[in-house]
Amino acid sequence: MTASTASLSPSVAALREKFGAAITRHAVSCGDTIVHVSNERAHEALAWLRDEPTQRFDYLTDLTAVEYRDVERALEVVYQLRSIERKADLRVKIELDKTAPLVVDSVVDLWKGADWLEREVYDMFGVRFRGHPDLRRILMWDTYAEGHPLRKDFPLRGHFSRAEQTRQALSANPEAQYSLEELSIAEAYEELPADMRERLRRGERGDVG
Amino acid sequence: MGLTVSGAVPEGTEVSSISPNWVTTKLDFLTNWARKNSLWPMPFGTACCAIEFMASAASRFDLSRFGMERMSFSPRQADVLICAGRLPFKLAPVIRRIWDQMPQPKWAISMGACASSGGIFDTYTMVQGIDTIIPVDVYVPGCPPRPEGLMYGITLLQKKIEGETIADPDLRQEHLVGEHGLFLPANRIDEISEPFGNSVHQTRSA
Amino acid sequence: MSTRTLELDLSTPGVDSEGRPIRVPLGVRAGASEDELGGEHMLVNIGPQHPATHGVLRLVVELDGEVVLRVIPHIGYLHSGFEKLGEYRHYNQIVPLTDRTDYLSPMANNVCLALAVEKLMGLEITERCQVLRVIACEMSRVISHLVWLGTTGIDLGAFTPFLWSFQERERIYDLQEAWTGARLTTSLTRVGGMMADVPEGWTDGLRDYCRTFPKTLTEVDTMFTRNAIWIGRTQGVGVMSAEDAINYSLSGPMLRASGVAYDVRKDCPYLGYETYDFDVPVGEHGDIYDRYRVRLEEMWQSVRILEQALDRLEKLKGAPVNVSDPRVILPPKHRAMSDMEAMIYHFKQVMEGVSTPVGEAYLGVENPKGELGYYFVSDGTAKPVRWRIRPPSFLNLAALPKLCEGVLLSDVIAINASIDIVMGEIDR
Repeated sequence: MTASTASLSPSVAALREKFGAAITRHAVSCGDTIVHVSNERAHEALAWLRDEPTQRFDYLTDLTAVEYRDVERALEVVYQLRSIERKADLRVKIELDKTAPLVVDSVVDLWKGADWLEREVYDMFGVRFRGHPDLRRILMWDTYAEGHPLRKDFPLRGHFSRAEQTRQALSANPEAQYSLEELSIAEAYEELPADMRERLRRGERGDVG
Repeated sequence: MGLTVSGAVPEGTEVSSISPNWVTTKLDFLTNWARKNSLWPMPFGTACCAIEFMASAASRFDLSRFGMERMSFSPRQADVLICAGRLPFKLAPVIRRIWDQMPQPKWAISMGACASSGGIFDTYTMVQGIDTIIPVDVYVPGCPPRPEGLMYGITLLQKKIEGETIADPDLRQEHLVGEHGLFLPANRIDEISEPFGNSVHQTRSA
Repeated sequence: MSTRTLELDLSTPGVDSEGRPIRVPLGVRAGASEDELGGEHMLVNIGPQHPATHGVLRLVVELDGEVVLRVIPHIGYLHSGFEKLGEYRHYNQIVPLTDRTDYLSPMANNVCLALAVEKLMGLEITERCQVLRVIACEMSRVISHLVWLGTTGIDLGAFTPFLWSFQERERIYDLQEAWTGARLTTSLTRVGGMMADVPEGWTDGLRDYCRTFPKTLTEVDTMFTRNAIWIGRTQGVGVMSAEDAINYSLSGPMLRASGVAYDVRKDCPYLGYETYDFDVPVGEHGDIYDRYRVRLEEMWQSVRILEQALDRLEKLKGAPVNVSDPRVILPPKHRAMSDMEAMIYHFKQVMEGVSTPVGEAYLGVENPKGELGYYFVSDGTAKPVRWRIRPPSFLNLAALPKLCEGVLLSDVIAINASIDIVMGEIDR
């Protein structure tokens, strides 16, 4: 679709005025406005979009990531924002170079809904969110060793053979999948065997895959 | 089992310690009649098939006719595990544990295509058939199977139970997860999980 | 996290100086009870296999006696790899996948997918198709809310409404089956149209349903709305304020019960919803009772919309359902079998799929559980680069820990029921 100025959100101009070069580019696709922000100032820009009286993007509709089939293209973290009172939508993207560590600032402090959404992006893409209170896998189990499923180099059926996947699944003790937070409540953490403590610690905060 | 390919039983092999006779057949008839008409299901419902299972239990299709209206969510009081829905690997140890917790006599019905073979989900997360994890007695195909289909599966299970006999030494054997951490041998799991037919070509992205 | 181990002194805490038992009020917070009674906090695991969790959900609950201090939900027990699978399928092949995410309202998901791809392609659908899709969405709303009603009743101790609601669902299932051939996994839409038009006499069946269904709604209303037990268990429990509801990205009845008047059908209309005459119920207190009232009223409004849609369908008798572009949608079978050009179009669509232009689109619809959004990124081929499902139940469930602060254990079950989750959508 051609980008007509009619469907371009006025937030783009406002963002460019406020953040200048941090807004790398913008586009309109199928009537939706997309703005690319640099990683360094992304959190600031998103906070401004939420709090600025003319913007008031108080609702985080979605937070996800996109990896393209073209290996040279960057991995994008996508924020779909909405202003409930102004009935406006905006899509903000952060491009991450795949050769560098994939880290962005967490927006849980801005929108609580980002909590699980960021955990899912971490689980599926391996993007780490600085400042997230509890960044661990959400859809796969904590000690999942095959990698990050939605990456393009991850095959549909997974890396391991079916028998190996079954074996790993059956040996995962469901009870061991309490997080550190939970076990500390029950005070059982001290009574756990050392290797289980190690696995739990590795599974949720360390780099597993 | 010690049987040769031709089916002839070698000299000196004990097939059963009990020899079937009038007493055992009458006892079998009584026990099996009681068991098949009062199967308490353990509804291990995960996805869409669980909704059709609930519809079977509701007024129109009424599982109560089979004596199965008492859903037992505690495996320790259940007779038949009905796995209704797809089973991801994360849930595999859970169903295995539930199965192990069920006391004998117990049976398993795999309801739906996903529980029977992985269904449309030939992906990194999905168990390609719960028979790689627990022994299954009846497979009910469908996506989801109609309540009538599920009930046909239940009647098949009832026929299977009818045919059981205490003279069979292999009955009521617990098949546990082996020391390699698998229920079936690894090559068998890979063999039955192998995609076939059109599925082979459906992992091209673009 | 602080751990608390207090030694129980058997001679006192439960009695006062005269040896009379101290009455501990309900809803006491952790700090107070610690001084009076003492004791460790319990960690209780609910699920993933549990009748009251509405699917394979695992809740780890920290309890101080009967009072809940913290609830930690664990999901992923039904993760099937939908989004990954979508990258290997043509757009029309993704339609059956959408049935299985939110399996309580399959037709609504089918419609959302078709709309999202049509937005990506810039395709305009016919008027009859729009009306049919509205009918499909509203029927799905009714069946989804009926499941919620039945299962919430069971969770709170009322079994019979479950049977009533499933009986009503069976009548909609009959209509779905007559239209699509399947009771549950309907795969109703195609990009640019529908799989089929409604058969002869089908609209009479739906009209009959719209005439008799309100009787069941009235029965349920009589049973619950002024019932002392129901009110006692649902009012004031699981409260979410409007600002929190927005910040937690809630949607659907969860958002509206908290007082935020946002409905995608009214605020970002699609399928011509702005031309239909209907109201959107908005609650006030954000508790379980308000959510119940909102959903019950939504069912009444759905019947209203269905009647209007049926009238329009009458007027559009004989109008085409699918777009007339043979590159996008399959030609009629008799033409594909007789006309060379049509056969080639058929072949190309089935073998290669329909390519979409390079671009991306997000489309949100008002599903019964909340705002369902599909975000497609296309690189010009027939299979999407990325298919993202924005699941309403996922975000609604993420608010469970907030909703369950300081309630009793049985309230956790009631609150979980009131969120109206479907694990297929949460885990995808």
